[in-house]
Amino acid sequence: MQTRNQNRVFWRTAIAAFFTIAFPLITLVLFGLIFDFEIEVDGGIVDNPAQFYAPSLAVFAAASATFTNIGINLSTQRDDGILKRWRGTPIAPSAFMGGAIVSGLWIAVVANALMLTVGAVFYDVEVDAAKVPASVLAFVVGSTTFAALGVALSALVKSGRNAPAAAQAVLLPMAFVSDVFVSTANAPSLVQLIGDVLPLKPFVLSFGVAFNPFVDAPGFMWDRLAVVAAWGVAGAVVASRRFTWEPAGTSIGSATRGRSRRAVA
Amino acid sequence: MGSPPVIEVADLVKSYGERRAVDGVSFNVGEGEVVAVLGPNGAGKTTTVEILEGHREATAGSVSVLGFDPGTAGAEFRARIGIVLQTTGIELQLTAREALEVYGSAYPHPRRAADLLDLVGLADRADQRVRDLSGGQLRRLDLALALVGNPDLLFLDEPTTGFDPAARRQSWAMVEELTGMGKTVLLTTHYLEEAQRLADRVLVMRAGSIVAEGTPDELLAASDQLTLIEFRLPSSGGSVDELLGEVAGDVRGRDGVVEIRTARPTADLAMVCGWAAARGVELDNLRVSEPSLEDIYLELVGEADGDEAAVGDEVAP
Repeated sequence: MQTRNQNRVFWRTAIAAFFTIAFPLITLVLFGLIFDFEIEVDGGIVDNPAQFYAPSLAVFAAASATFTNIGINLSTQRDDGILKRWRGTPIAPSAFMGGAIVSGLWIAVVANALMLTVGAVFYDVEVDAAKVPASVLAFVVGSTTFAALGVALSALVKSGRNAPAAAQAVLLPMAFVSDVFVSTANAPSLVQLIGDVLPLKPFVLSFGVAFNPFVDAPGFMWDRLAVVAAWGVAGAVVASRRFTWEPAGTSIGSATRGRSRRAVA
Repeated sequence: MGSPPVIEVADLVKSYGERRAVDGVSFNVGEGEVVAVLGPNGAGKTTTVEILEGHREATAGSVSVLGFDPGTAGAEFRARIGIVLQTTGIELQLTAREALEVYGSAYPHPRRAADLLDLVGLADRADQRVRDLSGGQLRRLDLALALVGNPDLLFLDEPTTGFDPAARRQSWAMVEELTGMGKTVLLTTHYLEEAQRLADRVLVMRAGSIVAEGTPDELLAASDQLTLIEFRLPSSGGSVDELLGEVAGDVRGRDGVVEIRTARPTADLAMVCGWAAARGVELDNLRVSEPSLEDIYLELVGEADGDEAAVGDEVAP
């Protein structure tokens, strides 16, 4: 019920649905129009750029659906007193949180599947069935990690109004060093290193194996997945320590933060 | 009352650092009783109620609500209470009916959305998004959400703050309907009229403490506020000086109007009437005013004005 509720909230929030679902698709279409050349991927060169962009943008969409969407949603719901309202009902906090996370994961699945379908149908993107299990595992680990980071984001931002900017300020620059919009195969080693230790590039690469002709089956990238999972654990720790259900300004011990702007009257 | 109190609070303290938002509060609320916690902003009303709801932890003292300690109680406790918070946050993207259904799903025995929409007069708005409801409609949905679990005990935190007088009266009628259903209600308010209208009993809070407690009549009786006798001095002779020393109260004349503030209104009124009758004059504008609850309230909380900023955990309008 919580998952369905949060899904409903997502689909009825035009801007959230646009940025999560439409924006990566539009990017794919634009890149399809702009780029018509070979592109260097992990291990070699492919002559169809969509073979690179479709899976990487699919991962970006999944990260938006979890990290950005959950982060914004929970923090605005906290600001509005919605989390506090739920806290006053018999629902277990873990059940509420679980619903929010599963909702994000479900939207990630939808966004991801949509992107890959468009890629396969319109841009001749090919999938190697032998490596699909590795991609599925990467998707599960990666999306769960970004969901945990989304909860952590909502715990760290002071107000829901800051959450969209904070989420984009984290995700977009990270995407540029993470093989989402451009390949970093020829980038300076510092850029590569930054990408390697952040969670998005390992997610993109370990998910992309089923689309990368230069990776041998079964294609599980355990070291990359370990980096992703470590970020997930870090996110979960921050979230469990810092998450509050009370709007800022009225929460326990926050008297010095001043009065709530959400004044009555 | 045979049954044990629904709410028992003893020596409750809530500190934020040095500051004591609630400073040694004790009271009980019996089954079916409607009790208003009345006081200015920053008196500690919301803090007290939020401790009873389980939203905040007490620093010291003991609290029992429906036999539970709200600080540690879980789903079983929350299934039996309903809360109307000061902020009316509801998922804007849902319709009124969907909101009642999804919040109802959190409770073991939810009431039907359609019944609740009828009860609060929103049946014709059932399929409107929450974002499209007016402020008054939002408050009514808020109340319906507090009732969706069919609670035994209802907390209403400043249920009509920011309302215009018409909306306030509407909302009072709705609360009266609830109390007619036998629910126990604890409400906070800074409107005296609201407490007087809705509550069986009033707790007046100031700066974290209860400074008075009782029915509105008891508060009046316990007050040392004086009754005011006033009349216009007859133009045909007689001086207010003649009354001085005769009546027990304090006599003051101003612009031909005499005001007598007295703790013994009956005797003083007889004296004044006798004085006028003996001179064969009629006293124009003769009026006897009992101290109003408002006078008493202002007397009780009057000094609190300066403390608001320091104690202000509550939101100023």
